[in-house]
Amino acid sequence: MTEKNRIHVMDEADVRRAIGRMAREIVEKNGGTEALTLMGIHRRGVHISKLLREEIERAEGVSISSGSLDITLYRDDLMVIGPRPVIGETKLPPEGVDDRKIVIVDDVLYTGRTTRAALNELTDWGRPSRISLCVVVDRGGRELPIQPDIVGREVPVLRNQRVEVLVPELDDRLGVEIIHLESEEA
Amino acid sequence: MNPSVSPLGKDLVGLESLSREQILSILDTAEPFKEISERRIKKVPVLRGKTIVNLFFEASTRTRVSFEFAEKRLSADTVNISSSGSSVVKGETLVDTARNLEAMRIDMVVMRHGASGAARFLGERIPSNVINAGDGQHEHPTQGLLDLLTIRDHKGPIDGLKVCIVGDVLHSRVARSNIHGLMKLGAEVAVCGPPTLLPYEIAGLGVKVFTRVEEAIEWADVLNILRLQLERMQGGYVPSLREYNRIWGVTSARLKVAPREILILHPGPMNRGVEIDSDVADGPHSVILNQVTNGVAVRMAVLYLLAGGQPESAEAAKQGGDS
Repeated sequence: MTEKNRIHVMDEADVRRAIGRMAREIVEKNGGTEALTLMGIHRRGVHISKLLREEIERAEGVSISSGSLDITLYRDDLMVIGPRPVIGETKLPPEGVDDRKIVIVDDVLYTGRTTRAALNELTDWGRPSRISLCVVVDRGGRELPIQPDIVGREVPVLRNQRVEVLVPELDDRLGVEIIHLESEEA
Repeated sequence: MNPSVSPLGKDLVGLESLSREQILSILDTAEPFKEISERRIKKVPVLRGKTIVNLFFEASTRTRVSFEFAEKRLSADTVNISSSGSSVVKGETLVDTARNLEAMRIDMVVMRHGASGAARFLGERIPSNVINAGDGQHEHPTQGLLDLLTIRDHKGPIDGLKVCIVGDVLHSRVARSNIHGLMKLGAEVAVCGPPTLLPYEIAGLGVKVFTRVEEAIEWADVLNILRLQLERMQGGYVPSLREYNRIWGVTSARLKVAPREILILHPGPMNRGVEIDSDVADGPHSVILNQVTNGVAVRMAVLYLLAGGQPESAEAAKQGGDS
């Protein structure tokens, strides 16, 4: 990878504050925690979802249902880019998705194609009563009419820059950084 | 960023032509596909719009149904053709049958055929992906892969495991795919059976040979027990079914003296009381039905990986397909 430099956007305290606010917004916008289910998108969304869940459980004193999604098999570009390893675990919450208030959790919202795939996968499983979208970073650049309901921070970046949300499980720290790519890969 | 999967090329003809990395890549891809079959709605859209023909020139229930489930759970459109009741009985050649299917714009062919080498022959002549579902006495790669996956599920990494294939190795494409796959993944492989049913110079493949099933049981971590094809009786390979069972049958009495727990596999259909006794087939160490479950996941993985598209090799087949 042709990384030139990393620009620091949010440190651990920033991310924790954002998570705290997002957790409160999730509860507020869903009218409490009744029938609430968090679905993290593999990979980093799953870890963000866990942080949000811990935050909500601490604040509300209840246990929150959660699951995870790997959307590889729902991508619209598989025949273009070739098969990718399906490594993520797709875990349906034990209650299923029917009549649940599902919050899709991801790290970065960009083109909206991942969200589109996640929506298709969720609706294949059943009929949630509501689906909302919660992301740590909205970097702009949408290619589909999809908008987030809850955002940690808006970080407009160029096409040749990549936004990385770092999580302790995979990156040994919590934070958000922008990477400037020399090539057109973005 | 993403670890890449090893491409398989255009066709899956056998495990002999795959590398260790390619085999592991199929097994690793099969893991998440297992979960799809446990869902309430057992379907993902990844092969939507792909047309797959299941071309079966030999009888098969398990393999054909397994492929069909795999195809349907990936949202492909499928057509089944069996030799009886098709133009094959009217004397059409294999290539003509396939070309006529091609003319209807198909994407993949899953084929079982009585002639060894039929899958490669077809793959070299049509641009569609060809998956070998058993060709003569050559290979049955997806069976080999599902056996590997099942062994790995229960015994962990294949490296260093001692696996013995018991029975009619001579006529068995399952045995050949198993031997190639297991050896590439680092297992120690043995075969055991009546000398009349062991291929001449099999030891040249690097496998151990046991002529007594008791020795195999003492040595092995895993037994893969092959079906005694009953039509072999006429060939004079074995004296009688009862005698086969008495000398070669895997029975609970024989397993009782094994120094360790032996995992029992059988590709089916079983002849209970011939190559395997019922209390072994239904016993605690039998994973015969796990093999069937894994078969769907492995075939989904193979379909998925092949469908990723190797346009240049498909193109090459189209150019060179003039014979």
